[in-house]
Amino acid sequence: MCGICGCGEGHVHLDEHEHSHEHDHNHTHSYAAVHSHAPGLSQVRMVQIEQDILAKNNQYAHENRRYFSDHGLLVLNLVSSPGSGKTTLLTETILRLKDEIGIAVIEGDQQTARDAERILSTGVQAIQINTGKGCHLDAHRVGHALEKLQLQDHSVLFIENVGNLVCPSAFDLGEAHKVVVLSVTEGEDKPIKYPDMFHAANLMILNKIDLLPHLDFNVEECIQYAKQVNPRIKILSLSAKTGEGMDNWLAWLKAELQLQFIDYA
Amino acid sequence: MHEMSLCEGILQTLEQQAKVQDYQKVRTVWLEIGALAGVEIDALRFSFDVVMEGSLAEGAKLEIIPVPGQAWCLPCGINVPVEQLYDPCPHCGSHQLQVNGGDQMRIKELEVE
Repeated sequence: MCGICGCGEGHVHLDEHEHSHEHDHNHTHSYAAVHSHAPGLSQVRMVQIEQDILAKNNQYAHENRRYFSDHGLLVLNLVSSPGSGKTTLLTETILRLKDEIGIAVIEGDQQTARDAERILSTGVQAIQINTGKGCHLDAHRVGHALEKLQLQDHSVLFIENVGNLVCPSAFDLGEAHKVVVLSVTEGEDKPIKYPDMFHAANLMILNKIDLLPHLDFNVEECIQYAKQVNPRIKILSLSAKTGEGMDNWLAWLKAELQLQFIDYA
Repeated sequence: MHEMSLCEGILQTLEQQAKVQDYQKVRTVWLEIGALAGVEIDALRFSFDVVMEGSLAEGAKLEIIPVPGQAWCLPCGINVPVEQLYDPCPHCGSHQLQVNGGDQMRIKELEVE
């Protein structure tokens, strides 16, 4: 989180942490001009950097992840295209679990606080991040949202990302898993049309299965496509609206939360 | 358009490195972009010019070093070339592939003064 930030436009802190060793490898190639003191000669030289473009985001994500781990939090980054039913899935999940498990939600949308209001109406903490022109949440903004939430240890934090199957795939927020939600009204070939996201996710939820009798959606084909781009992905079918399949999802959540209690050396 | 965010990340690195490496201006930036990195090169070039405006890298040249995609095929037990994430193994046709190359986006080198 932003112990490292100081924020405003502060972005000089990257090299204080794990990336600092990379700088040891930095060296300048001394082209002739480097040691030249001739006035008027512009000293053009080459500098090797070897730095990941996403290094800054990854550093914030690393800080977030450390915080989550210290507090035994299960953090899930929910991603999908707009309209897949993420918010309904969340409200239904919260209503079923809030009496046994602490839950909080970070909502990302381009504009409005409508989703956060829907979550708040279930009685759990929620905070809205509006990304404005941005197309995804980044680890830095999530870090700031964490400062405003009072998270209990060993609770679940859902981060509902901006509805977008492209950009959020590249931005680690520090979560335990990306969970990609795909509704059966979208077409079974989404996993191969947007492979990055399905590749980055560990769990796929096939939502709105109550509508299957009215659609030509081929479930088997969809699952096959998802496994093509990500052989390790796990898939759950459910309907947040009717409750079908929700037990599986709740069992997965509880099992994953249990894993956060383990104290690794 | 997350190419814009990527360019903002690049600019921050350039500014940070300017202090460490003691340069005032960036003339050329070499980026290593993997075929599987999900980066649209045209959008990246466009964003690069816009984001670098008014900075120490205004007008800098952007050079892209493409890196081919590579994955470990579990059934074959070898590294195989892949052009897209959902490509099957060119030898056995399996999709049991683990990407281990060509998903990077790195700033490789700079020409500075």
